Amino acid sequence: MNAMTQDGYVTADGRQIGPVVMELRNITLRFGGVVAIKDISFDIRQGEIRAIIGPNGAGKSSMLNVISGFYHPQDGQVIFKGQVRPAMKPYQVARLGIARTFQNIALFEGMSVLDNIMTGRLNKMKAGFLSQALWWGAAEREEIENRAAVERIIDFLEIQNIRKTPVGRLPYGLKKRVELARALAAEPNLLLLDEPMAGMNVEEKEDMSRFILSVNDEFGTTICLIEHDMGVVMDLSDRVVVMDYGKKIGDGTPSEVRSNQAVIDAYLGVAHD
Amino acid sequence: MDQFIFGMEVVMNGLMTGVMYALVALGFVLIFKASGVFNYAQGVMALFAALTLVGIQNGQVPFAHLINATFGTSLHHFGWTVPAVLAVALTALVMVLLAFLIEKLVLQHLVGQEPIILFMATIGLAYFLEGLGDVMWGADIKTLNVGLPQGISDGIEEVTATWFGYGFFIDRLDLWATLIAAMLVAALVAFAQYTKQGRAMRAVADDHQAAMSVGISLRFIWVMVWSIAGFVALVAGIMWGTKSGVQFSLSLIALKALPVLMLGGFTSIPGAIVGGLIIGVGEKLFEFTIGPMVGGATENWFAYVLALIFLVFRPQGLFGERIIERV
Repeated sequence: MNAMTQDGYVTADGRQIGPVVMELRNITLRFGGVVAIKDISFDIRQGEIRAIIGPNGAGKSSMLNVISGFYHPQDGQVIFKGQVRPAMKPYQVARLGIARTFQNIALFEGMSVLDNIMTGRLNKMKAGFLSQALWWGAAEREEIENRAAVERIIDFLEIQNIRKTPVGRLPYGLKKRVELARALAAEPNLLLLDEPMAGMNVEEKEDMSRFILSVNDEFGTTICLIEHDMGVVMDLSDRVVVMDYGKKIGDGTPSEVRSNQAVIDAYLGVAHD
Repeated sequence: MDQFIFGMEVVMNGLMTGVMYALVALGFVLIFKASGVFNYAQGVMALFAALTLVGIQNGQVPFAHLINATFGTSLHHFGWTVPAVLAVALTALVMVLLAFLIEKLVLQHLVGQEPIILFMATIGLAYFLEGLGDVMWGADIKTLNVGLPQGISDGIEEVTATWFGYGFFIDRLDLWATLIAAMLVAALVAFAQYTKQGRAMRAVADDHQAAMSVGISLRFIWVMVWSIAGFVALVAGIMWGTKSGVQFSLSLIALKALPVLMLGGFTSIPGAIVGGLIIGVGEKLFEFTIGPMVGGATENWFAYVLALIFLVFRPQGLFGERIIERV
């Protein structure tokens, strides 16, 4: 990494990264007596791919749930675009332009792929109720525009041939892709991906990595992702946060993190004497 | 030949009755689709709506007995009557308010609970509403008249008389009910398929978590769905109330909606209609053909036996979503 400034930095592959979009300051999250996240701070910058890694139960998903409003931390601040974000419901966070996918896939199984992706654009639809009911004026124009946007995403993620298929019938790997498509449909400022490659074979992982990179590249979307697979993370991400037992044990570029002794210990185990 | 023509009249009457069943079933489907809750209170909501409508129309003082007992007054009526159209609009408003209160006081506190818990809550709600209806408007049987035409449809009788030499007996109220139900269903289907709120409603029905993640407010959708179900209950209440008076037994029509739902599928709006029609025609025809052989009164049980058969051979109903378990 070149010198980090207030305005950003330039990545190893020469991409210009912008100022901080999302900052988490001293976040602590408890469930009863269990501390899931302990005093963690880090930031996500405009245009970067930021990874959160760590062993099972490290608190990665909890962290993502804090960012997306599903969990509310007992301590600490979530600062979005320079302003402290008050406690918000998930749907309110989504309306700020923060889209996400889930570790266990949360799609509308009974609806078609197209309808699923269209729900991602619900917040882009502003036409009045009456106009929609009568399918007239603003509503018709909006629907056509949104449909066009969704078709672009369908082409982009190469799922043209399944657009009318009910999601419940799709295999796992494609469901993951549809979920990504739905999140993209919202044209998010910040895209959160919870283990986008979990349970995939090598080929599917390569496809998904390619899509994540081109989303970032073509739409300039800021991405924060959780991943288990160290190899994938090192290839994809610009900066990495490493968590273990709810604490942050490392933060930096992939090469910095890889040589961090605490990280090596957490991943490979450490000899106790 | 006479038998055949008479049979046709039976089928016609069955279709009309079926529409009435479908009206009630529709309210169940709406709420089940959007929240996975089987709303036991749907029938009582129809009763409550009908009671409120009559009360508003006649200018009754709500809670009159309670007020009189507490303050020793003798209030009964405001002394005015409200035109039918205005009264229907006001009752619709009351149903929206009711939906809002149900969300605020009951559903909101049960988010994420098992469907059976929510079902239990709706049983409680049914008894509460039943009592509230009594306390607000009194327990006596009331007649409801919002100006819908009633009695034999002379036109149909004349036409069929000239064609078949036998005049069909069709109630005009049933004809109106059919027309109104058809419009209601068309509007609901269009709403669910083509509007933003409809799409959001289907999304909530499918997966709460996913719906929240794309920016849908669960509370808004629930209030909306219960309002619509309240409105459907109002329509059903008007039809049944006009037909057989506003009284407690009105809430029992909900029981007839159950077999309709099992036939049509709990999640399908067209299913509720087709299921209603099949049950309506089926029970009338069965009574007409088999009834005399077994001593009649088959209408009481035919629907339930048919539903039972469906449960064995096609548990998802005719139009319900196939239950697929991936292992």
